[in-house]
Amino acid sequence: MKNNKVIQVEGLTKMFGDFTAVNAITFEVDKGEIFGFLGANGAGKTTAMKMLIGISNPTSGKANVAGFDVFTHPEDIKKNIGYMSQKFALYDDLTVKENITFFGGIYGLSRKRIKEKSTVLIEELGLEEVANTLVGALPLGWKQKLSFSVALLHDPKIVFLDEPTGGVDPITRRQFWEMIYKAAHQGTTVFVTTHYMDEAEYCDRVSIMVNGKIEALDTPKKLKAQFKVDNMNDVFLKLARG
Amino acid sequence: MLPIIFVMPILQLVILSNAATFEVKNIKFGYIDNDHTSTSRALIEKFKASTYFNVLTDFPSERLASSEMLNGKIDVVLEIPHYFERELQKEKHNSLGVTVNAIDGAAAGVENVYITQIIQRFNKNLKVDLLQVSDAQIQPVTIESIPLFWYNQTLNYKTFMVPGILVLLVTMITLFLSGMNIVREKEIGTLEQINVTPIKKSQFIIGKLFPFWVIGMGLLTVGLILARLIFNVPMVGSLALMYFYTSIYILVVLGIGLFISNFTDTQQQAMFISWFFVVIFILMSGLFTPIESMPKWAQIVTEFNPVKYFVEVMRMVMLKGSGFNDILPQLLKTALYAFIMNGLAVWSYKKIN
Repeated sequence: MKNNKVIQVEGLTKMFGDFTAVNAITFEVDKGEIFGFLGANGAGKTTAMKMLIGISNPTSGKANVAGFDVFTHPEDIKKNIGYMSQKFALYDDLTVKENITFFGGIYGLSRKRIKEKSTVLIEELGLEEVANTLVGALPLGWKQKLSFSVALLHDPKIVFLDEPTGGVDPITRRQFWEMIYKAAHQGTTVFVTTHYMDEAEYCDRVSIMVNGKIEALDTPKKLKAQFKVDNMNDVFLKLARG
Repeated sequence: MLPIIFVMPILQLVILSNAATFEVKNIKFGYIDNDHTSTSRALIEKFKASTYFNVLTDFPSERLASSEMLNGKIDVVLEIPHYFERELQKEKHNSLGVTVNAIDGAAAGVENVYITQIIQRFNKNLKVDLLQVSDAQIQPVTIESIPLFWYNQTLNYKTFMVPGILVLLVTMITLFLSGMNIVREKEIGTLEQINVTPIKKSQFIIGKLFPFWVIGMGLLTVGLILARLIFNVPMVGSLALMYFYTSIYILVVLGIGLFISNFTDTQQQAMFISWFFVVIFILMSGLFTPIESMPKWAQIVTEFNPVKYFVEVMRMVMLKGSGFNDILPQLLKTALYAFIMNGLAVWSYKKIN
């Protein structure tokens, strides 16, 4: 992998019995790109993402993530990616600090590094006052920002975000995207799914999945031109309605 | 959660050890005295004096006694026939009618033994009286057996039950905790977050085992202290050996629990499966019923029951003072079991599905 492609997917398919959840999708993602992965509920976004992060075995096709094959080296992929699920998945019964220490430990960060990281992170997120509060007691917006930071803890090459801003207020959403831009600016590739079409506008490139297939893939600007509409919302509606 | 984990078993140990007894006491006793002589009254006095029998009722007829037994008001009816005293003096032997409610066969057997003993003792006394009156030459040769009860001289039921119930509690708590654990993480979604990390499967399982192992050992400690302080159960053998065996035993239970947890999707499923095993393990462990009296196939099944080994070892070490070599067979089987179950737990944990 000498080129700049951090994700290369070719004909990736996932079947559940007779049902094809993901139907031969093909795409590439460049290093440092913010890649929007859109689609209606049930279009297969999450299933596709789970194959890329090595927690779901593809039925067929090829996929290479961060330089490793998803079939043969899923554990190597995991060292190089961060993931934030649509459901908050840090430990509610651990404090902010404990969660950071715990996940830092799993990724093999040294104690010293974890300490440095958590100090910086808590400060950046403005969580100093609740650093020793159980995560379960925090408001959703704070939790989401914390999960994102934890996903970036080990400086992954790619970070996968599954509907990171679902149920979050507009201000926090704005702050969240600032964090995403910052990460992308530092060279981290961001692979993000969302239902908010204004967020789709922030992405460098966008793919839209309909019934398990990628029906459109380009920059938001080109997509709007292609479908002759003036916002992403209409692009999405045209595609999703078929 | 932690207080619940410790307080509940302590209460159970105290309550169960006092309540779960097979000693047959408070037998509801009724009699029909057709003789009304000093001998018949003396016999009934013997029953009155016994601590095992109470609620003595005199029934005028057998019919009435039978109907009372049908209603469950009495357990045992003794019928003293007409001319009991006269026949006894004339014929030197006589028979008494004893009716025992045998719905609970084991209890009925015990009751029968008690009754027979009282009557025999009564009869012997009577014989001595008779001998004094008649010829002293016919000295009856009575062979008396003197029972020696080893390891539990006073036949204290609690000495027998407390170690067993302790086994039960350690097993249940550790099995349920571990059985619910991974599946709970599946439900709340944290397991997915763990699965996208490069953590090794064995690291994950060891991480899961360790806290429950500590809790299990803590429970054993609390239980042993209570056994000593409240029930005065002796610790004849080596405490270190007990801990050593338990440390391996808990791994077996945790391995089973984590294996169940990996195979289920909801805590409800895990709970049902854990209960299924707990009930079988406990009722087939020799804790309440002796394994020797089980059918052959059931005895073979008990070979796969880790609780059986723990009950054996606990009683052997605590009450008999067995040493390392005595418990070696159980120890080896348990260690093998622990190895297999934790291997299965690691194998069944799938980071990718």
